[in-house]
Amino acid sequence: MTTMNDNLVEVRGLKFHFAQRAIFNDIDMNFQRGKVTTIMGPSGTGKTTLLRLIGGQLKPDQGSVVVDGLSVPELARKELYGLRKRMGMMFQSGALFTGISVFDNVAFPLREHTNLSEAMIRDLVLMKLQAVGLRGARDLMPAELSGGMARRVALARAVAMDPMMIMYDEPFTGQDPITVGVIMKLIRTINDSLGLTSIIVSHDVQEVSAISDYLYMISNGKVVGEGAPGELGDSSSRWVQQFMKGEPDGPVPFHYPAEEIERDFF
Amino acid sequence: MFNWFQYIGRSALLVFQRLGRAHLFLFRVLAAVPSLFAHFGLLVAEIYSVGVLSMLIIVVAGLSVGMVLGLQMYNTLVDFGAESTLGPVVALSLVRELGPVIAALLFAGRAGSALTAEIGLMKATEQLSGMEMMAVDPIKRIIAPRFVAGIISMPMLAAMFSAVGIWGGYFVGVGLLGVDDGAFWAQMQAKVDLFDDVLNGVIKSIIFGVAITWVAVFEGYDAVPTTEGVSRATTHTVVYASLIVLALDFILTALMFGEM
Repeated sequence: MTTMNDNLVEVRGLKFHFAQRAIFNDIDMNFQRGKVTTIMGPSGTGKTTLLRLIGGQLKPDQGSVVVDGLSVPELARKELYGLRKRMGMMFQSGALFTGISVFDNVAFPLREHTNLSEAMIRDLVLMKLQAVGLRGARDLMPAELSGGMARRVALARAVAMDPMMIMYDEPFTGQDPITVGVIMKLIRTINDSLGLTSIIVSHDVQEVSAISDYLYMISNGKVVGEGAPGELGDSSSRWVQQFMKGEPDGPVPFHYPAEEIERDFF
Repeated sequence: MFNWFQYIGRSALLVFQRLGRAHLFLFRVLAAVPSLFAHFGLLVAEIYSVGVLSMLIIVVAGLSVGMVLGLQMYNTLVDFGAESTLGPVVALSLVRELGPVIAALLFAGRAGSALTAEIGLMKATEQLSGMEMMAVDPIKRIIAPRFVAGIISMPMLAAMFSAVGIWGGYFVGVGLLGVDDGAFWAQMQAKVDLFDDVLNGVIKSIIFGVAITWVAVFEGYDAVPTTEGVSRATTHTVVYASLIVLALDFILTALMFGEM
């Protein structure tokens, strides 16, 4: 059980709908300081939406999202931007600026938000790129990077301002096993060495189980399971078991709802 | 029948909703314009992208239109023995109407569509979201420089179109068809008024620049972030901006040169 002060992010009674569809229906979550917490669930359950709610890009219909003691939906733009300077986010696509080099991408937040000299920025950027193993790729353009390299650059950019937390949107999707291994190692290492709080949304069970301290599972707008990776694997919930083991049929049915099969064939 | 009314009502509501969004967006962009003083380099880069890179099409089109104008006008004027007035006829046609309007239509097709596609793709590839999450306002960093660059570039391109067009008319009229060189320029100087003709043309092109760039940046920013959405937004920019230019041209011409 965690105390209030241990949680960097707290979500309480969150309700959110989009296009008349309920994405979240009264969910509570805690994201403990210094830990790697993962939100899992099938595609389309609103995992990315949750990150946008935490980052203040969307406002909830009801409930609260509190980050480091600040109620995100109630913040004015200036305060919200102040908070975001202390947050990093790695988008699924990397979201690198395609018109500028790897170096300039990582330097971007530093140039926007600090008055550091170019020499100092150069050193900081090269340190961040060194941490993700891409110091030698500083002069490449984003179009010249592989998907995995783009995510590593995005990670270097996300930590450029030494944030208190970092959010990862589907960091492993579509990557080869070596890249997945590299990103897994980076997430854990960066979290521990920089003393960050990490929030991952993913549906890659094995990968996140290996690096997460705590897992949440969401489906149909509800939290259907939570716990440490070991606890969740032993869960008695059939839904959680189906998801963790990747079973094709179960509480999440294989067949899309349809009328009786006899009516189509006989 | 009821469905039909429902459809009309819903469509009208969507149009007004979009117009409202476009105006709120414009106010946000205008509020962000002062921030450009701190990022002057961004504006210069966008003037290059929006304006300088549009010069080739403007110069080629201006020369072509001017030459055709010279040829057609000469054929008519010569019947009345008035070919010496070719200079003012070509110049007035260009600075009052053809320069601002055709340059604006070309600008919408070349720079407007590029702006929409660029901003729409930045949205589709989460670059705008990424910027917001880095506490950088995309309206200030991306939209405002492009908006102002469009407004600055448009009158310059229109002036360039008119100047090159007059050259084209001169080349055909004086160079090929034998109109008197001195008469061509002297009549033009006598008949073309700096304020009534040239300045009104410049005002027109500034207003066209505002309209086209507003449509272009809004369509990009408001695009559905998919391949199809960006493609549709780009088409919208060219169609809407062109129609707005033609409609505004009539209104402005009536106000500036009409006897109403």
